[in-house]
Amino acid sequence: MASVSVQNVSKFYSSHTALKGVSMEVPEGSIFGLLGPNGAGKTSLIRIINQITAPDQGMVKINGELLKPHHIHQIGYLPEERGLYPKMKAGEQVIYLARLKGLSKQDARDKARKWFQRFGMESWWNKNIEELSKGMAQKVQFVSTVIHEPSLLIFDEPFTGFDPINTNLIKSEIKLLRDAGATVIFSTHRMESVEEICDRIALINRSEKILEGPLKSIQQEYKSNKYIVELANEEAQPPTLSDGSVLLSSTKEEGIWKLEIQLEEHLPNKLLTQLMSQGNVLLFKELIPSLDKIFIQKVSSL
Amino acid sequence: MNSKIALIIQREFMTRIRKRSFLIMTILGPVLSAGLFILPAYFATLPPEDRVIVVLDEPVLLDFNRGRENLKFNYLDPRQYTLEQARQFFRESGHYGLLYIPAGQGMDPDFIGRNIVLYTEGDVNVSTEDYIEDQLEQYIQKEKLKTQGVDPDVLARTKTSVSIKTINIKEGTEKESLTPVKMGIGYIAGFLIYLFVFIYGAQIMRGVIEEKTSRIVEVMVSSVKPFEMMMGKIIGLASVALLQFLIWLIFGIGLYFVAAVFILGDAMDTTNISAPGYQPDNDMIFKIMDTIGQINFPYIIGCFLFFFLFGYLLYAAIFAAIGSSVDKESDTQQFMFPVSLPLIASIIVLIRALDNPDGPIAFWFSIIPFTSPIVMMARVPFSVPWWQLGLSMLLLVSTFIAMTWLAGRIYGTGILMYGKKPALKEIFKWITYRN
Repeated sequence: MASVSVQNVSKFYSSHTALKGVSMEVPEGSIFGLLGPNGAGKTSLIRIINQITAPDQGMVKINGELLKPHHIHQIGYLPEERGLYPKMKAGEQVIYLARLKGLSKQDARDKARKWFQRFGMESWWNKNIEELSKGMAQKVQFVSTVIHEPSLLIFDEPFTGFDPINTNLIKSEIKLLRDAGATVIFSTHRMESVEEICDRIALINRSEKILEGPLKSIQQEYKSNKYIVELANEEAQPPTLSDGSVLLSSTKEEGIWKLEIQLEEHLPNKLLTQLMSQGNVLLFKELIPSLDKIFIQKVSSL
Repeated sequence: MNSKIALIIQREFMTRIRKRSFLIMTILGPVLSAGLFILPAYFATLPPEDRVIVVLDEPVLLDFNRGRENLKFNYLDPRQYTLEQARQFFRESGHYGLLYIPAGQGMDPDFIGRNIVLYTEGDVNVSTEDYIEDQLEQYIQKEKLKTQGVDPDVLARTKTSVSIKTINIKEGTEKESLTPVKMGIGYIAGFLIYLFVFIYGAQIMRGVIEEKTSRIVEVMVSSVKPFEMMMGKIIGLASVALLQFLIWLIFGIGLYFVAAVFILGDAMDTTNISAPGYQPDNDMIFKIMDTIGQINFPYIIGCFLFFFLFGYLLYAAIFAAIGSSVDKESDTQQFMFPVSLPLIASIIVLIRALDNPDGPIAFWFSIIPFTSPIVMMARVPFSVPWWQLGLSMLLLVSTFIAMTWLAGRIYGTGILMYGKKPALKEIFKWITYRN
């Protein structure tokens, strides 16, 4: 179990500022999304948590303890730019990386065997990485990230470069690891890709954090009283709505009206009763804003 | 030592010695260098092509001298041939040259000396020309002595041969000076360091670039400090270099004995049959073999290992830093030049230092850390004052520490930088980054 606390962290390079007073809390056992466009400072923050670089200001604590070298063994890191030694055998490679994370030789070998078995890749053990396909190498890479059973997993842009099958595999493995108690940090600029699995998120833009919190409550906060409705009737005209609700769009396909409705007040039941009198309501759903939309809205409001 | 560095060293070492190229280099290296020494020696033993010079000796000055080993004189009868006919004969015969010695008037030796002509179809080599001139001078001198009334036999009996024996009284007991042997050892030691620094330095650089382009560094840096990665690589390769050196040393000693038997056996055969002029060469070989035993090998090998190791470490750190700051090997050129410069200078100075081990050039270049590993090895077989050796070692070790620290800073930033070719100015900025 691990929690990460980032406190007022800044990092400066000669020509630009990578991070400016960034703070965030990653509770243990959560899947945390670190989101923002390319160049926002996500990788810089991750490198600081990994102790690859040190912050110029501020501090990072893991389980309430300032970063120390031994924390490295508790972290599994899949960098955005990743690779393996092309001329090294898959099995040896995984053992080597596991031992660098502090595992004993025997332990590393046993765990590697287990993972290779689990992913059905025992036959690759003695193959050089360069002989494997890209998808196969990705699996080896994933195994080497998690083999030492880290309590904190950090994935930087995990879904770029991975094929869809591996992406799904990784998603389900990550959920399993979370259920087993690991804390997971996802960093990505493709916000829609993590919406379904993140518990909490932080948005970073131009070196600064602009939003942080549980995904559900953020979405609640940013929803704008819009509803999606599917209504079946024989009318040629869209349904008439009373005051307090505006029909934003309407299309009819095969006898079903698809409507987007804006409410001025949060009174969905009132709208629903109106609609029910004009046909069969097949779908009635509040429109939850996507993270992309929230991000754009937040950035433009700053 | 840190167990992670040990792991990295182990990986670097194992992957490299398992490579086919290591095996090939280790076997081919000594074979090639042995070839370098043995082939010329072999060619020298081949019977040289005989050159025939047709001689038209009007005053019968040369006394029918038959020439030497690969240069034969073939005499034309001056009563039957004129110069014109002799030239005709020479052109048709295809011989090497035609030597024409005119009789002149009254056989005046000075006139003869000034008017001798050697006709050839191509260029005459210097040693042939020198030999002919030397012979002619001797004969003309003899003629002159005769006209002055001196008996040439008397002169021959007064001839004395002097051979100086040099003894270095500093080396404890009075032994014969080992200068040529020492020069040989100094040259080989210095050259080996130069070779290893370049070969293994380039390997380090290539290794770092490979790790960078395969992006494995990104994965590695989350487990180990860049400095540990760099040191692991440097030490790992140093072990490979030492292993290779050890194998070569064993090979070399073996080859030395084989060659000794071969050359000495051969030389002994030739003494029995060839001219007594060969004797000194043979003596020389015996003398070298004999005096090799008198060299202080533990001291020289100790110094060699020290300068070899620290010279390598100093440059290895620089090569690692260069590798870390570029994306591909072709970008390394701008940095390679300033690094190669002191190494090449060392090799040039090495030759001079062997000639004059106590001169100011040898002194300064054996103190300055970037050239000292190579140049000091030229001086070590001769007597170097202890303070100079100590100073050189101290400076080398402290420069190595400073350079490794500096290289570590550059490496730490460089391996995570992609896409742009950095200028030196920027690289210096990396040193100040907080890692």
